[in-house]
Amino acid sequence: MNNIVFLPVLLPLITGVVLIFFAKKTGIQKGISLLSSLCGVAAALFLVQYISKTGIQALQVGSWKAPFGIVIVADMLAALLVLTTSLVGTAVLLYSFRGIGQEREKFYFYSIFQFLLVGVNGAFLTGDIFNLFVFFEVMLMASYVLLVLGGTKAQLQESLKYILVNVISSALFVITVAYLYSIVGTLNMADIGRRISEAGQPGILTVIAVLFLVVFGLKGAIFPLFYWLPGSYYAAPIPVLALFGALLTKVGIYSILRTYTLMFPHKQGYTHELLAILAILTIIVGVIGAIAYWDIKKIIIYNIVIAVGVIAFGISLMNQDGLSGSLFYLIHDMIIKAALFLLVGIMMKITGTSSLREMGGLIRIYPVLGWTFFLAAISLAGIPPFSGFAGKLLILQGAAEKGAFIGMAVVLVSSLLVLYSIIRIFIYGFWGKEKTYSPPSHIHVTKLLTPAILLVAVSILYGIGTEFVYPFIIQGTEPLLDPQIYIDAVLKEEG
Amino acid sequence: MEILMAIVIGILFTCATYLMLSKSILRIIIGTGLLSHGAHLLILTMGGLKRGAVPLLGEHAESYVDPLPQALILTAIVISFGVTSLFLVLAYRTYQELGTDNMDHLRGNEANE
Repeated sequence: MNNIVFLPVLLPLITGVVLIFFAKKTGIQKGISLLSSLCGVAAALFLVQYISKTGIQALQVGSWKAPFGIVIVADMLAALLVLTTSLVGTAVLLYSFRGIGQEREKFYFYSIFQFLLVGVNGAFLTGDIFNLFVFFEVMLMASYVLLVLGGTKAQLQESLKYILVNVISSALFVITVAYLYSIVGTLNMADIGRRISEAGQPGILTVIAVLFLVVFGLKGAIFPLFYWLPGSYYAAPIPVLALFGALLTKVGIYSILRTYTLMFPHKQGYTHELLAILAILTIIVGVIGAIAYWDIKKIIIYNIVIAVGVIAFGISLMNQDGLSGSLFYLIHDMIIKAALFLLVGIMMKITGTSSLREMGGLIRIYPVLGWTFFLAAISLAGIPPFSGFAGKLLILQGAAEKGAFIGMAVVLVSSLLVLYSIIRIFIYGFWGKEKTYSPPSHIHVTKLLTPAILLVAVSILYGIGTEFVYPFIIQGTEPLLDPQIYIDAVLKEEG
Repeated sequence: MEILMAIVIGILFTCATYLMLSKSILRIIIGTGLLSHGAHLLILTMGGLKRGAVPLLGEHAESYVDPLPQALILTAIVISFGVTSLFLVLAYRTYQELGTDNMDHLRGNEANE
């Protein structure tokens, strides 16, 4: 029964393997991957409901006792993120059916898509630091292939850089794990947390905490380490970009959240202060990028950086409001970024360009697309009834409680500038003088639009149903505020 | 022994960093190779270099060396092997398509669309 915890990893893994056998039969590939995605959403929903009743589930792989074997730990935080991943995955898959093109589909696109989900879900669910590294590599390797698949010049050139950055950050991850192992002598995250709290986090462990921040900051695009992201993401085809933008950086953020709450919460004066400063700088850099460009893809890409900064700032506060706000905002941002990339992709398909200066008047011909984009834009900025609001409000409350007024001001001003950057796309792209485009006759705007509308609808429901979601979020933050809950759940047989 | 290993690993990291900051793609890939060598040796060193038998129970020894770092290294080696082969093929394809191995010439992606 407990094995249900591993289903979000197992399901895409098996699907990915099966799909290898049907490489040239795209119809079968689409059927199988859609079926598996829907099962994945159902399994994740069940997992959330199961954990809300029974508490944290720790599955000991191969029945070895906790610190010696690998544990898969599903707490509410991981379960909610797995559910969001499944939803985003399904929507992007539906978009890919129309949006990715035959030549990519025949070269294992859907297989690798599933392997990316394996990596992301595995990284959310694992309770072992080296296993986290392995799942990172599964995710990254799938992302290398998805980024370069198709082999255009821009893709080749940018994936060289993307792979180089990630090879370096993976080597750093291995080095950091080696240092940590030599000091605590264990790889299980709960056991590491316990031993560090017993030792009271001496100086060397603070160094390791900062090294982890560098590693996960490279994956999650935090201020001085974000420089690889705009170029690499720009080269990816739209469905791949939506997947990357929604999932990859968020896994880095999740890992910071997990390590800084479970392993290194003892010397907050240094590590969490550093995280707060970097987060604020990340927001500022992201905002500068988002308002500087006239390219719709670039604007949304820089909005990823801003959101990463906001979430990291919430994590650095380490109080109930800050952490639950971060979690709330994390889920919102995964959904809305995927939706925005899909919408931008449709705009680019219609107009044949990504430059805002060459667009205009789209609302007359495509009103549904226009208003969907408008709703997505205002929920991104955090206008009250929509989903971005509650998360940012909680983060601001947490900041006020902690007296972090500079951060508070930056988050507030950044919301305004996010709104400006995104509404500029709406004003210049959808309003204004109509321009003549020669749309390629084979695009089906309605069919491409369905998954985007689906995501925006989920996001709006998430915003309106805040009261319904809030208990789950609170349950998700419990083990973050008191790591002993997590440690006891994993190492229960010993005590 | 650990100190000697630490110095050697430090030299490997220095060379790797130097190579990765150069312009030619092949030098960069050689740099990543050295970087992963350094990382793997570091796991081995950090696991402890005390004397003991090889981790085989048939040896019936008094003490064994730590088996865990060896398993970690084995995992890390195959992963970096996979990534390196992808990276090399990618460099080859880039050379075929773009006709250069100089990272300075691989700029301005908007122009290439």
